[in-house]
Amino acid sequence: MGKLNIEDLEKISQKVKKANLLRSGSARAKITVHMGTCGISAGARNIMNVLLKEMEGKESKEIILTTSGCAGFCSREPMATVELKGKPPVKYVDLTEEKIEKIFNKHVLNGEIVTEYALSIGSEREP
Amino acid sequence: MAYRTHLMICTGTACVSCGSFDIKKELEQEIRKHGLEKEILVVTTGCQGFCAQGPVMVVQPDEIFYQKLTSEDIPELVEEHFLKGRPVKRLMFTPPGEETPVPNINEIGFFQKQRLIALRNKGLIDPEKIDDYIGRDGYKAIAKVLSTMTSEDVIKEIKTSGLRGRGGGGFPTGLKWEICSKSKDNPKYIICNADEGDPGAYMDRSIIESDPHSVIEGMLIGAKAIGAHQGYVYIRSEYPLAISRLEIAIRQASEYGLLGNDILGQGFDFNIEIKQGAGAFVCGEETSLIHSIEGVSPEPRQRPPFPAQSGLWGKPTNINNVETWANVPRIIIRGAEWFASIGTEKSKGTKVFSLVGKINNTGLVEVPMGITLKEIIYDIGGGIPGGKAFKGVQIGGPSGGVVPSSSLDLPVDYERLVEVGSMMGSGGMVVTDEDTCMVDIARYFLEFTNDESCGKCTSCRDGSAAMLEILTRISDGNGKEGDIELLEELGRAIKDASQCGLGQTLPNPVLSTIAHFRDEYEAHIKEKKCPAHVCKPLISYRIESEKCTGCKLCSRKCPANAITGEVKEPHVIDQSQCIKCGICYDVCKFNAVLVETGKS
Repeated sequence: MGKLNIEDLEKISQKVKKANLLRSGSARAKITVHMGTCGISAGARNIMNVLLKEMEGKESKEIILTTSGCAGFCSREPMATVELKGKPPVKYVDLTEEKIEKIFNKHVLNGEIVTEYALSIGSEREP
Repeated sequence: MAYRTHLMICTGTACVSCGSFDIKKELEQEIRKHGLEKEILVVTTGCQGFCAQGPVMVVQPDEIFYQKLTSEDIPELVEEHFLKGRPVKRLMFTPPGEETPVPNINEIGFFQKQRLIALRNKGLIDPEKIDDYIGRDGYKAIAKVLSTMTSEDVIKEIKTSGLRGRGGGGFPTGLKWEICSKSKDNPKYIICNADEGDPGAYMDRSIIESDPHSVIEGMLIGAKAIGAHQGYVYIRSEYPLAISRLEIAIRQASEYGLLGNDILGQGFDFNIEIKQGAGAFVCGEETSLIHSIEGVSPEPRQRPPFPAQSGLWGKPTNINNVETWANVPRIIIRGAEWFASIGTEKSKGTKVFSLVGKINNTGLVEVPMGITLKEIIYDIGGGIPGGKAFKGVQIGGPSGGVVPSSSLDLPVDYERLVEVGSMMGSGGMVVTDEDTCMVDIARYFLEFTNDESCGKCTSCRDGSAAMLEILTRISDGNGKEGDIELLEELGRAIKDASQCGLGQTLPNPVLSTIAHFRDEYEAHIKEKKCPAHVCKPLISYRIESEKCTGCKLCSRKCPANAITGEVKEPHVIDQSQCIKCGICYDVCKFNAVLVETGKS
């Protein structure tokens, strides 16, 4: 890119902000794919790939995608947790590519919990 | 596809010297091995501040802080955390004296109490990518200035903010700009003073290494305010990484038309050139610095005229230090009132300090003005290693003075530090504990200033030599009655008679240690005693025969072969052979080695 004017500067700023959003730690939505051994063998990688593709295609804003270990409920893997800002986290179980697509479009983008795939709302706490 | 994880690996000078570029290479290799290269991005950042724990890395968005990484740790880390999602506890930070590691960077005490303005982008951007800076509202301030503000508006904003020079003097920045802007002569020049020379201080280097564009943008705003079209960054050649990042930043800014002619299409021209200094301490003094850029011998000259009237090549020149420039864009974006709401009555905003010496968490910290010394040393610095007692902190390097432990509750700002005989200086904090000898500290700083005196003024050149001679005499056990008074008199005379800041401040470490630790000086002179057991001519080691088990550990470790004795028999140190290294004292498991000081 050549010499910038003020509008160009703003465009770069918006683009980079989006790409680097995950560095600031505060996003509108956070999706955690549980990638323990059980999760991986049950297909968590595919779930992750679908999410990465969805995020790319939808110009989705302010969403961060991360991984964590086994959620402790190995028989219901693959699992993912969706956490919207200010809302309790929702755990989804027995995921497939179709299910996670639906969860992404309904819950992450539109804020509607997909109750038929949800296991629980809220998280375990330390005693 | 978008990345799901950014690995922010520190590539400031400290972490680089501990191998962070090797770690980066290993990370990228392992990430490729697991096929994660499209999901995980490795980002090199500037100094993240926690230098004692280097090389450090922050995993985003998880906010997990890894420290003391080695290349050998990387295969495990990539497989466990980035493939399987199980953060690796053993590579996390465990606060001194605690057992459980703290995974989240925001929950680590060192980071918690800091407030970032000058270092706002540290660890969050790649300093070699201008887009990263723009994505953090970079160059938005100069866009605002060029499109909506007059020079007077900018100066008024900086004056209202209360920003003062961060290089040491604390002169109000807005006022400095105003004086220069009103000078009739043309052209005018802008200089960034990056000739950071205090031992143990590296704030400016880190700012340039982690966020060079913030300095460039600050200079652009200053240039617009005073009407300058040419700027210089005067930086020591001992800072190769900072220089290289600054060169890259200037090139990228020029490509984007943020330097050069018709900046952002707003009709303003400004260029920056880098001038490398050879590392002479006196070049941090503004008139010497100007002489050095002009290519003549870097000696200071009498002021007035001040550089604002007659500076570089006799033209009006505005000099500010790196940290001051880095604050400017943020003040324009967030407003003067916001900045003025942070800090104390006369000292606004934050200050970056380098925390070194006898402290657990060595590193670079940015704190609001008015924070107490106690908070800096204990809450952020993690206290003194080995549970030793805090003795004092030398603030402001060779120009500053020591603040004793009785002033732990002192709010740190320009005025209060001067009141206790110290000064802000550029922000070096050297922490001392019970094992530090104050005569020795004073001697160390005098050695430095005596070496660095340019030699122009007799008072500074010969005065520092005379003070050093007396201090050396005292720590060698040859101090005389009246030496303390002589040091005080010399100190006052050097302050009065020297032309520049170097000479005017060099007696400070001596005068302040005398003021707060006079008894230590007296012990050296009258009793030939070094209470901290540091000055070698005044101490001796002896083995207590009742406690010695004859284990032979000390005699094996002694580098001078000064310890003799039969197995299971008490050992003896031959005083004529002993080099007083203290190894026997450190290795003895039965506390049989005693260190003694004094006439006996």
